[in-house]
Amino acid sequence: MARTRPNLCAMLRYSLKRLLSLFISLAIASLVIFVVIEVAPGDPASFMLGLNAQPETVAALRAELGLDVPKWQRYLSWVGGMASGDFGMSYTYRTPVTEMIAARLWVSLPLALYALTLSTLIAFPAGIFAASRRGQAGDIGVMGATQLGIAIPNFWFAMMLVLVFAINLRWFSAGGFAGWDKGLWAGLHSLTLPAISLALPQAAILARVMRSALLDVLGEDYMRTARAKGLSARQTLWRHGLRNALIPVLTIIGLQFSFLLAGGIIIEQVFYLPGLGRLVFQSISARDLIVVESVVMLLVFAVIVVNFAVDLAYAAVDPRLRSRT
Amino acid sequence: MKRNLIIGAALSAIVVLAAAMSFVWTPFDHAALNIPAKLQTPGATHLLGTDHFGRDILSMVMVGARTSIAVALVAVSIGMGLGVPLGLWAAARKGSLLDELIMRGNDLIFAFPAIVIAILITAVFGAGAVNAIIAIGIFNVPVFARITRGAALSLWEREFIMAARVAGKSAMRISAEHILPNVMNLLIVQGTIQFSLGILAEAGLSYVGLGAQPPTPSWGRMLADAQTLVSIAPHMALIPGCAIIVTVLGLNLLGDGLRDYLDPRLRVARV
Repeated sequence: MARTRPNLCAMLRYSLKRLLSLFISLAIASLVIFVVIEVAPGDPASFMLGLNAQPETVAALRAELGLDVPKWQRYLSWVGGMASGDFGMSYTYRTPVTEMIAARLWVSLPLALYALTLSTLIAFPAGIFAASRRGQAGDIGVMGATQLGIAIPNFWFAMMLVLVFAINLRWFSAGGFAGWDKGLWAGLHSLTLPAISLALPQAAILARVMRSALLDVLGEDYMRTARAKGLSARQTLWRHGLRNALIPVLTIIGLQFSFLLAGGIIIEQVFYLPGLGRLVFQSISARDLIVVESVVMLLVFAVIVVNFAVDLAYAAVDPRLRSRT
Repeated sequence: MKRNLIIGAALSAIVVLAAAMSFVWTPFDHAALNIPAKLQTPGATHLLGTDHFGRDILSMVMVGARTSIAVALVAVSIGMGLGVPLGLWAAARKGSLLDELIMRGNDLIFAFPAIVIAILITAVFGAGAVNAIIAIGIFNVPVFARITRGAALSLWEREFIMAARVAGKSAMRISAEHILPNVMNLLIVQGTIQFSLGILAEAGLSYVGLGAQPPTPSWGRMLADAQTLVSIAPHMALIPGCAIIVTVLGLNLLGDGLRDYLDPRLRVARV
């Protein structure tokens, strides 16, 4: 027991340190986003009311939108609002931004998770297969395929999937989202092609990571020991190899999640999905900057928080990392 | 394993040559509309067919290569130009507040995916190819800063750097005269890989309208135009897509090949 106490302390100190830097990162990121959006030319109130608006009307709307207070005060109320889940009021739709984002998240988040699942399901067997046949035809084949997978733009692959599976074979619809109220199956069905196209390049990357992590582990002494004690090559791979190779692989999976969320913005355009991406593009053309600001903050928030979680998980598994900052 | 190097260099050379050639000659004027000849499949007159305005696709792909290469090249230069000095500086002051600040700053920039930066810039300043350059460039800074710092840190432990310090050279001179030349190979390899990622990112950004705007031809925009016509004119989507794949594949193979060629011991964490 005496051994575990300092260990726990170190873990706690490490977590607190990381938590502090998490908050600093979030504060700086939100400040950067706020300042950049503030630079934008034009006043939202006069944009909303058009060219012929009376100055008094514009002033009244500015007051209603909270645009008449000093900038630092607006920044603080924006951040404070977000912390309590209130992103403010959309300039064009006059509805709470939180509601708009929540509705879109029901498409973007399941899409990212779906793609992450597919990417893992493809990458694990492919990486394990390649590592177990190092240098043989199977390995070369898988590695060649991953090279191609990395080089294919996912939105182009999406168009090809639409051409083959939606237009020619008619297995899926070419775009749009059925909605979760039509049932889980209908929703998943309309997210399948987008998820596949989003997952492909990620699966290629992940398979390469899986393979190289496994190959690193296979060279370790304890693997030879495992063989020496009588385990077959297959058993060593599954019982000892995979478990130890999992750490770098899980890190990449964590990082991929935030990437998939952001990458979904482009894929949503191909399939006309009503997700965060479409919301952002509509808001840009309507100059609804508060929505743009909020969605961007949400995406950055996701990356920072996922990185934080990955760091903590990593430190929990590998004690050596706790002493580092 | 010189095969990667040769295939990669050949594919990359084809793309660069096509782009260079487009300055002096293209089969047709890439912007010339010819409605009677619209949506032709690849054939004798138009080798790769025509689009919905009757423009020659081969000419457009050649000119589009220029946009892709220019955007990716400038973006990687921005990333290297800022990232490498930052990484060298952080390594020279290892463990100091400055090192910490630079690395934390890197983490922060890492939290902004290129598409998010592009969205921000476009929301404020409007769309344009420059947005793509800046977005991809900013994204590249922490990549180069990290890789430079990592390599430089291990070099600072070496005897020849010790010798330079004993000789009275300043940290800055050591970084410039001894560290930089020794991390150059690594930077060339990473630069090639970032270049290929830049090509992919540029295509994605201009596809969603955050990059090059008409009339500037770009592969991403060609794909956006092709999308609604993909059932009647699949070649409009296939050809620019293949151009992107060939370029990215070529650059990635070139990067792998260069890594093995320049230093077989080099093990870059390449994913």
